[in-house]
Amino acid sequence: MADPTKRSDENERKPNGTDDADLSSRLKSLDARISKASVQRAEDEPRERPKSDPNAIGQAFRYSAEFVSGVIAGGVVGWLVDRLFGVSPWGLIICLILGFCAGMLNLLRAAGTVKPARHDDKK
Amino acid sequence: MASPIEQFQVKPIIPVINFTNSSLFMIGAAAVIVGGLLYATRRKALVPGRAQSVAEILHDFVANTLTDTTGREGMKFFPFVFSLFMFVLTANLLGMIPGFFTVTSQIVVTFALALLVIGTVIIYGFVAHGLHFLHLFTPSGVPGWLLPFITVIEIISFLSRPISLSLRLFANMLAGHIALKVFGGFVVSLGTAGIGVALLTPLPLLMAVGLTALEFLVAALQAYVFTVLTCIYLNDALHPGH
Repeated sequence: MADPTKRSDENERKPNGTDDADLSSRLKSLDARISKASVQRAEDEPRERPKSDPNAIGQAFRYSAEFVSGVIAGGVVGWLVDRLFGVSPWGLIICLILGFCAGMLNLLRAAGTVKPARHDDKK
Repeated sequence: MASPIEQFQVKPIIPVINFTNSSLFMIGAAAVIVGGLLYATRRKALVPGRAQSVAEILHDFVANTLTDTTGREGMKFFPFVFSLFMFVLTANLLGMIPGFFTVTSQIVVTFALALLVIGTVIIYGFVAHGLHFLHLFTPSGVPGWLLPFITVIEIISFLSRPISLSLRLFANMLAGHIALKVFGGFVVSLGTAGIGVALLTPLPLLMAVGLTALEFLVAALQAYVFTVLTCIYLNDALHPGH
């Protein structure tokens, strides 16, 4: 492991001009390379979405959570609709079915079978 | 014989101000993060030492995850995403120490974190794009009579995001710690059951060792998954047009 303190000791022991000049020129070239690399990265568009789970158990947990959460969200929305508008039990029934659809949509999107929704700016 | 879910009980330590063991470990996680990063960056050396390398790797890892998903302009959310990643990772790993409380196995904690993410997405989306942000719910190329249904389904799907985000982390941590405790309990109850049965004791012990390794993997993986999904949702707030 390179120790920075040791290095500065070495520099102090033989403080001749050529070493300093060499170091500064190397630093300068490093700076140039870093700025070039960062410009290149800035030009990069956001790449394809990475797969978040490399192993199977993580994937299983992810898919089940996607589906279950859709149904739960539908149930909560339906319950709120019932409470707010007093149309019990129709809000819960309809929103649970829609929540089932949303869960399926989540699941298929997570699995990559359905493309993420495309939206048109001109519309 | 202790129950496998006893480890998740929230017990008050200072009842007057509702300071519980959960609060203690949340503060502990924050202290570990802040202390560790301050220690790692105490000497800002050009050639990093061991601790500084770890801090730099963590920084670059989160920064790359963020820019890969959201592009260059996503870096304005870097402090937020880095804090989330470090908190979840540290809380998960602290929970792996025997006798410690796992903060992320409480759905209240994970749901609060998920609400923070979704709140950021909604507020930033409306501030930056105004009503254009609502285009997120109306995909183009859908026949007119189908559009109301699709819009409602998209809204419910959006509302389900904080639930799935919190549910996944919570369920993973809960299930893993219960499984560990159950297999640990098998070792004790087999060992005390009698001479013949006691010979079977090494089997659940081996399983517990394997599960411990798996749990370390899950702890790191779930922190990463939480971060990636946060980035994907932030991407929707930054670019609702596509």
